[in-house]
Amino acid sequence: MSTARAAALLLSKELRLEFRTRELLTTTIVFVLVVVVLFSFAFDPTAAESRRYGPGLLWIAFLFAGSLMLNPSFAREQSNQTLDSLRMAPVSPFSILLGKMLANLIFLSMAELILVPVFAVLYNVSLAGVVGRLALVLVLGTSGLVIAGTVFSAIASHARMRELLLPILLLPILAPLLIAAVEATASLFAEQPALDRTWLAFLGGFDIVFLTASWLLSDFLLEE
Amino acid sequence: MKTRIPITLLIAALLFFAGYAALFIAPDEATMHQIQRIFYFHLSSWMAMFTALSLAFIANVAWLVTRQPKWDWLGVSSVEVGVVSCTAGLITGVLWGRPAWGIWWTWDARLTTCFILWLLYISYLILRGLIEEPQRRATLSAVFGIFAFLDAPLVYVSNRLWRTQHPSPVIFGGQDSGLDPTMGKVLMICMAAMLGVAILVLIDRYRLERLRHELDELRLAADFRAANSNSAVTKGAL
Repeated sequence: MSTARAAALLLSKELRLEFRTRELLTTTIVFVLVVVVLFSFAFDPTAAESRRYGPGLLWIAFLFAGSLMLNPSFAREQSNQTLDSLRMAPVSPFSILLGKMLANLIFLSMAELILVPVFAVLYNVSLAGVVGRLALVLVLGTSGLVIAGTVFSAIASHARMRELLLPILLLPILAPLLIAAVEATASLFAEQPALDRTWLAFLGGFDIVFLTASWLLSDFLLEE
Repeated sequence: MKTRIPITLLIAALLFFAGYAALFIAPDEATMHQIQRIFYFHLSSWMAMFTALSLAFIANVAWLVTRQPKWDWLGVSSVEVGVVSCTAGLITGVLWGRPAWGIWWTWDARLTTCFILWLLYISYLILRGLIEEPQRRATLSAVFGIFAFLDAPLVYVSNRLWRTQHPSPVIFGGQDSGLDPTMGKVLMICMAAMLGVAILVLIDRYRLERLRHELDELRLAADFRAANSNSAVTKGAL
């Protein structure tokens, strides 16, 4: 079976599993909302302040949400040893990883889709005219987050204290992504929004480097 | 084993001499005076860290390819030495930054990169501590180690683009850069001494890891024998 087809099948399995209960999505959305509300106590969200701190706040919320919601991605395969069955299936390990990455990308993007408008309203940020470019930044940034996060979720799932371990592994690795995503978003929140192409290219480069590395290392990551 | 004590003494002597050279032989620096003398050990720590972490990367790849336990032992040993050297580099940097720049810390590209590297490799060590099974621990930590190493240039580039206050390369930079010849020699001695210490600790740490591995194997074998003799007794009784 081709990698793409196997990944698509696994993606549909992940989606079906999640939409039966929607527990991951609901929890994540509530979590990011809580973070955004708590941040409003940390500084006064006037329009000028929001332009300064908003992009960072938004991405910190996504990073925290990602480092929490990516945990079950592999951990929930363990209770019934379903990962072993997946490994026995005649599909490449990378397709298993890719299916999960795509599913996580969809879940996190859905949370962002709800959070960004709420954020714009609460923090008095105007999104008119930048929606398309903002979506591009969000997709590239979230992809990098999810690629690294899914790989580390597989690593952490074998360790003790995995809920605590995943953020420790993931967040420092994502430091360059955070800088690039925040700067790109900030260029869109400015009074004269102009997308910073350097940072956009950096995000794309980050995604490519991490996707290639996880493709090369997927055999080791999922071996028994 | 017989050469160990003389080599240790030699490196200790070298380290002592390096300290003396940095404090008394190296000429006074034009703008920073005495404070600049920390530089010899500051840069040497980074050299030791860079060597150790590159070695760790090689060991991580080699483990995944060959599956020989020695590469896993080398991997964890080099990361530990790298983290210690990184800590030394950060502390000497902070101590130097305060009088030289007037601030303890600045979020400059090189400082930030090293800080993040420090965090990453500490996570590597934490990860190792949290996985029970040796084979899996070796493989998963090697995968993480490779990701961490790949991340380092990205961290640097992103911070470089973001903002940087570090002096542009002074020593190996362009035509106007360069070091007083005596300073250069002292620097070489300090680097040799720090690298010597790092390698010495690395070898010992490697040996410790190998012994731990052997001990685990012996324990397993003993458990296995005990289990076998128990079952033999049961059979005899039947």
